[in-house]
Amino acid sequence: CTKDLNQSPDYAASSNVVYADPAQIQQVLARLYATFAVSGQQGPAGNPDISGIDEGFSNYIRQYWQLQEITTDEAVIGWNDGTLPQVNTLQWNADNEFVRATYDRVFYEVGLCNEFIRQTSDANLSSRGIPAASLNTVRTYRSEARLLRALSYWHAIDLFGGGPFATETDAIGTTPQYKKGADMFAYVESELKALDALDDNSGALLAPKAVYARADKAVLWTLLTKLYLNAKVYTGTDRSTDAITYANKVLAASSGYSLSPSYANLFLADNNTTDARNEIIFPITFDGTRTQTYGGMTYLVHAPNGRAYTAAQAGIDGGWSGLRTKPALTGLFGSTTARNPNDARSQLFVFQGQNPRVDTLGQFSSGPLIAKYRNVTSTGAPGSNVTFPDTDFPMFRLADVMLMYAEAVLRGGSGGSATQALAYVNQIRARAGASATTAGALTLSSILDERARELFWEGHRRTDLIRFGVYTTGYNWAFKGGVQAGKDVETFRTLFPIPNTDRVANPNLPQNPGY
Amino acid sequence: QSGTGTVSGRVADSKNEGLPGVTVLIEGTTLGSSTNVDGTYSIPGVPAGPHTLVISFVGYNTKRQPITVAAGQTTNVPAQTLSENATALGEAVVIGYGTQRKQDLTGAVEQISEKQFVKGQVTNPEQLVQGKVAGVQITTAGGAPGASTQILIRGGSSLNASNQPLIVIDGVPVDNTGLAGASNPLSLINPNDIESITVLKDASSTAIYGVRASNGVILVTTKHGVSGDQFHVNVSTQMSLATPAKYVPVLTAAQFRDVVNQYGTTGQKATLGNASTDWQREIYRTAYTADNNVSFSGAAGVVPYRISTGYLYQEGILKRNDLKRYTGAINLSPVLLNGDLRIDLNVKGSWIDNNFSDQSAVGAAVNFDPTQPIYADGSPYGGYYESTSGGTLLTLATRNPVGLINQNRNRSSVKRSIGNVQVNYKLPFVPGLSANVNLGYDVQRGRGTTFVPANAASNYFRQVTINGVVNRGGVNNQYAQDLTNTILEAYLKYERTVGPGRLDLLAGYSYQKFQNRSYNFDDNLANGAVYLAAVPSYSGAFTYLNTNVLIGFYGRLNYNIGDKYLFTGTFRADGTSRFNPNHFGYFPSGAFAWRLKGENFLKNSTAISELKLRLNYGQTGQQDLGGAYYPFLASLTLSNATAQYQLGNQFFRTLRPDQYNPNITWETTTTYGVGLDYGFAGGRVYGSVDVYRRDTKNLLNFVNIPDLSGLSNAGNFNVGSLTNRGVEIITNLDLVKGDKVNITVNANATYNQNKLTQLTIYGSGNDVGQPTGGISGGVGNNIQINTVGYPTQSFYVNQQVYDANGLPLQGVYVDANGDGVINSTDRYRYHSPRPQWILGGGANASYKGFNLAFTLRANLGNYVYNNVRANSYYDQNSSGFVSNKTQEFLASRFTTAQYFSDYFIENGSFLRLQNATLGYNFGAIIKKGTTLTLTAAGQNLFLITNYKGLDPEIYNAGPPATQGIDNTIYPRARTFTVGLNLGL
Repeated sequence: CTKDLNQSPDYAASSNVVYADPAQIQQVLARLYATFAVSGQQGPAGNPDISGIDEGFSNYIRQYWQLQEITTDEAVIGWNDGTLPQVNTLQWNADNEFVRATYDRVFYEVGLCNEFIRQTSDANLSSRGIPAASLNTVRTYRSEARLLRALSYWHAIDLFGGGPFATETDAIGTTPQYKKGADMFAYVESELKALDALDDNSGALLAPKAVYARADKAVLWTLLTKLYLNAKVYTGTDRSTDAITYANKVLAASSGYSLSPSYANLFLADNNTTDARNEIIFPITFDGTRTQTYGGMTYLVHAPNGRAYTAAQAGIDGGWSGLRTKPALTGLFGSTTARNPNDARSQLFVFQGQNPRVDTLGQFSSGPLIAKYRNVTSTGAPGSNVTFPDTDFPMFRLADVMLMYAEAVLRGGSGGSATQALAYVNQIRARAGASATTAGALTLSSILDERARELFWEGHRRTDLIRFGVYTTGYNWAFKGGVQAGKDVETFRTLFPIPNTDRVANPNLPQNPGY
Repeated sequence: QSGTGTVSGRVADSKNEGLPGVTVLIEGTTLGSSTNVDGTYSIPGVPAGPHTLVISFVGYNTKRQPITVAAGQTTNVPAQTLSENATALGEAVVIGYGTQRKQDLTGAVEQISEKQFVKGQVTNPEQLVQGKVAGVQITTAGGAPGASTQILIRGGSSLNASNQPLIVIDGVPVDNTGLAGASNPLSLINPNDIESITVLKDASSTAIYGVRASNGVILVTTKHGVSGDQFHVNVSTQMSLATPAKYVPVLTAAQFRDVVNQYGTTGQKATLGNASTDWQREIYRTAYTADNNVSFSGAAGVVPYRISTGYLYQEGILKRNDLKRYTGAINLSPVLLNGDLRIDLNVKGSWIDNNFSDQSAVGAAVNFDPTQPIYADGSPYGGYYESTSGGTLLTLATRNPVGLINQNRNRSSVKRSIGNVQVNYKLPFVPGLSANVNLGYDVQRGRGTTFVPANAASNYFRQVTINGVVNRGGVNNQYAQDLTNTILEAYLKYERTVGPGRLDLLAGYSYQKFQNRSYNFDDNLANGAVYLAAVPSYSGAFTYLNTNVLIGFYGRLNYNIGDKYLFTGTFRADGTSRFNPNHFGYFPSGAFAWRLKGENFLKNSTAISELKLRLNYGQTGQQDLGGAYYPFLASLTLSNATAQYQLGNQFFRTLRPDQYNPNITWETTTTYGVGLDYGFAGGRVYGSVDVYRRDTKNLLNFVNIPDLSGLSNAGNFNVGSLTNRGVEIITNLDLVKGDKVNITVNANATYNQNKLTQLTIYGSGNDVGQPTGGISGGVGNNIQINTVGYPTQSFYVNQQVYDANGLPLQGVYVDANGDGVINSTDRYRYHSPRPQWILGGGANASYKGFNLAFTLRANLGNYVYNNVRANSYYDQNSSGFVSNKTQEFLASRFTTAQYFSDYFIENGSFLRLQNATLGYNFGAIIKKGTTLTLTAAGQNLFLITNYKGLDPEIYNAGPPATQGIDNTIYPRARTFTVGLNLGL
């Protein structure tokens, strides 16, 4: 009479059923990608992946973007939500909920990937009777999961200098041990190299550009390039030569990437179908009707919108009046008060009616606006939904790899040439309509500036400033350190703290120095 | 006829033993007596002629006996045998699975019967006892008809799990789950059908309900027919008018204009209008209510019956908000086989039609620019003025409150039926052994629709392109939910004399199944075009069924030695489907009472009429995690259609492996209590004092888990412990007791303090605690924190610094940690929203036919975050619109949000006149035995408080529910009622 105590829902799936069906395995794989785009199993909000913070606020891309951009000279946000102003002014501490949200999203993704890799082990695939014809397909899914896990571990190295570490071999419920950044770097490097070596019968990744938005070999090579370019920061050892090796693989003609003729089109609602697609190596996909979130692109399109930059121009129902930029960025184009007519990239700035300087954090009129991400197509048609954009987020794109190549060459790496470096930089400048630079003018610091001009608001800036050693001291911008003029901050702020919430839950975790 | 006679006789129980203390009344008169120790009575001065004798006693069926009195003689009434009543009629004290004489109780049990109920317009049953029971805090979410209610008994024992008590209606434990379309499932019970409400507070009385008893048990008994009674009809009708008692003190149009001109940007000044609109007065009204009830009762042969029906039409003070309730109830309680077989059949049904209006207008009316008109010429938004910029609607602006109300139709129809048949049979071969079987159900169906026209600003931008045609705006949706709860209970009871005392044994089995089915519908635009198609679940169906099964085995032992030494022991083994494989929890309890009054040295004392010392201990459990039905299960959730992900040219509904906890198990509360029942001055002063401590461990807690150890950053775990300590004092005073004048006074006081004693698995100095209490302002801002060593939901704020004039300095706070920077690490824990003292009381005075009664309630030491005031800063950021402030702005003049200032934490102590009633009983004006009563009542007549907001009694049902955060509340109305009651 107690059998009825065993109840299960009629609407949920069980592992034994799902992981026996390649089609459903692909749905779980899609979920590993979706972590970057959505905040839970209901769009735009509901049934959240993580708890303790608003879903839209804590979305992976939105948070990663914020830590990489509003902590730098490229962006400022006016909202008073929780501890957001502390992020803006490099005054965060280990209780900062935005730092925590980023951390939680990063390790949430790692945990999901671990579960997928665990469930799709060769032993499990065979015990669940996956047909032979589907075996290699599923193994490729597993390799993608490993690549996505490596991507998130890279975020952990870059943002937190390490963190808790677990792989598919650690059972659920195990309290993870700590791994510091250099060791995590070694792990990610070995994983990526192992993935690169897989053949078609052991789960090789897809060839570059094979299927839109899948993590293919070019994504792997780009990630390795990024790791190696920043290796000095992460491990103390310069790996510029390795960076060039993998940049070359992406840049090889056989990979099939080319710069989009239009810079602006890279950030529009149809960037998955226009020539932009040839430049974007790894997009996080969004769709107005099918992939809805209050983070991701919804945030990036709405938050900078308002005042003279009208909602209609952005293709949305209304702006959120939050994000602006600082004169430190606009000034790189020659003027802090007007667009540079000879650079398409500066045409995305909106100066009209805005104070060109950032005099207050809170006022939306203080600082130029940026109309970079918009929910209209290259032909001016609106996206499919006025609240949720169709625009995909370009996490990795060719121009970035070109600039990384150039930088690695200038840093003394071998395997490339200064001539090729100059050619890449000028290809990028020519696309924007800017004049060519010369071999003599191509220096490391000009690369940093060119990266800002080309890649502003794409989530690279903090990492770049740290690599160039100018993030905490020696270079200041409005409200850095909490003062309008900007001031140096403690050098330990190149890393974010391990959130106290996780240090309370997991006693294995040390705190980063300074916090 | 003239002259009087005396009536005398004897009352006995079924064993022919005299019953002492039985009330014997001559019907229709004030003449009566109570029986002596041997069960005999004598009533002198009874007018000659035919009469009906009404014999009633706690725990027994009331008996009616026709007699004829001759002048100057003593009429000897044949010995009357009262049969025990299994389902507890009259003033019996109902306990878990049975009834008990009040003097035999060993636990903290309080019963409120109809006479003591709160009068006036009462829509929900729990409001009948608001302020009446010590240790019980009942807080409505607001003034909407049928609004939800928080019931906390002894402070509640849980942190994240449900804190609502178990409610048992006529033996059917009812579903506490919220129902779509009903703000409060209890509103489906007609309060007019209720005879008594009993609250079981301590573990020795609740532990028999094991699994769900941690937060106390409320037993509701409805009215029954009376054996041998003649046919009665009772008709009652009452009408009420309700008005807003107070408005949020916002700036007038003129004040607001000055403020904007002083602080606003050029753009903001340009948005000001020329009108002067008091938005709150535009959305509220004087609301009318009619409540009509008819009941028929009597006995048809051996079948006592009661049939009742009621119709309630109640308007909310918010325009377009009303509730219509149709109720019916049938009770049959035949006694067969010479009293050996008793059957109790109850069926109750109700149907509520709700018209919810758009309650977001309540907040909008506080914020909307008072210089703007209600209507604007040529407005494309249904003619309503709305904030626009360059002809485009501003999505961040507050919407027109009048538009919100008029451009929204949210209606629901909710049906509920509760029924059961209870059979009690005295087994013929073993004296003292009886069997009881109870079969019951509680079925609820909620259906509703929402419609917002396409031109309404609130949903203006929803649009979808179908076959090249752009469809735009509005909402045209439906929603539905089914709750089905079935129960089977069976127990055996054995009573006999063993050694020096009387032994009662009870052993039983209980099976209860709760099914909660929700439905998925298309999300449509106003014109019916599908905006978002309904999403099937993993199984392909458009419904989601959640099931919770509870199975229990229980037993109780009562041993009574000479009415002096009372022992109670209970044990329950309870299994739940929510935990697997750890289904079962075991919950013992024990109590001992020493009835000093029964000792020789007090037996004959008139100064001390009752004195009983009670000691009790027990463990109870909690498994109700609200929406989490399968927290143990490793499963995958399919995403809905709007959380797909694109890979290649294909969109995938993704499958997410969900966080789970295979080790999850019971939350256990251990209660220790000491109580004293007293009665002095011949019973003129009586009451009780209880002291308790409740330790809850293995809290069902939604806690942070180590990242990477599971499949989320938090989950349901058994972590943490908390303690509640308290004192409950009850005093009743029969101030004047006479033929014509009667005055009684009652008062109760509760002190409760709770404290978290553990919150995480590892104690760590890094732990500031768990933030909680979301506020309005910013996103994700929390004003409270749960910290070990502090009360739950303590406010966590920065300490405001003031200038010489006592005005707060913007952004200036005490640097508590002395690091030179003012930020969130400088916050401190400041008070709690929980009241330290809860006081209730009232008086009842009668003179001849007149009756005057009132109920007062007070909470002391409850603090409130005045979120409305905290939002009253001047925001230069908004472009294209400006928002009104409260009068607060004229004092603080903040120009940036200071949400975390302790300036906005206010003492919410209050005293409220819950109700006052004046009645007149015309007596038998039509014929003998009939009654006619006219009453006038006022509710919420005054509220005395220093709180600056509308009402300091704040409970937000959520989700997530919050305590003590005042972010505009649907005002509790001041209500005036006149009623007429006719009994035939």
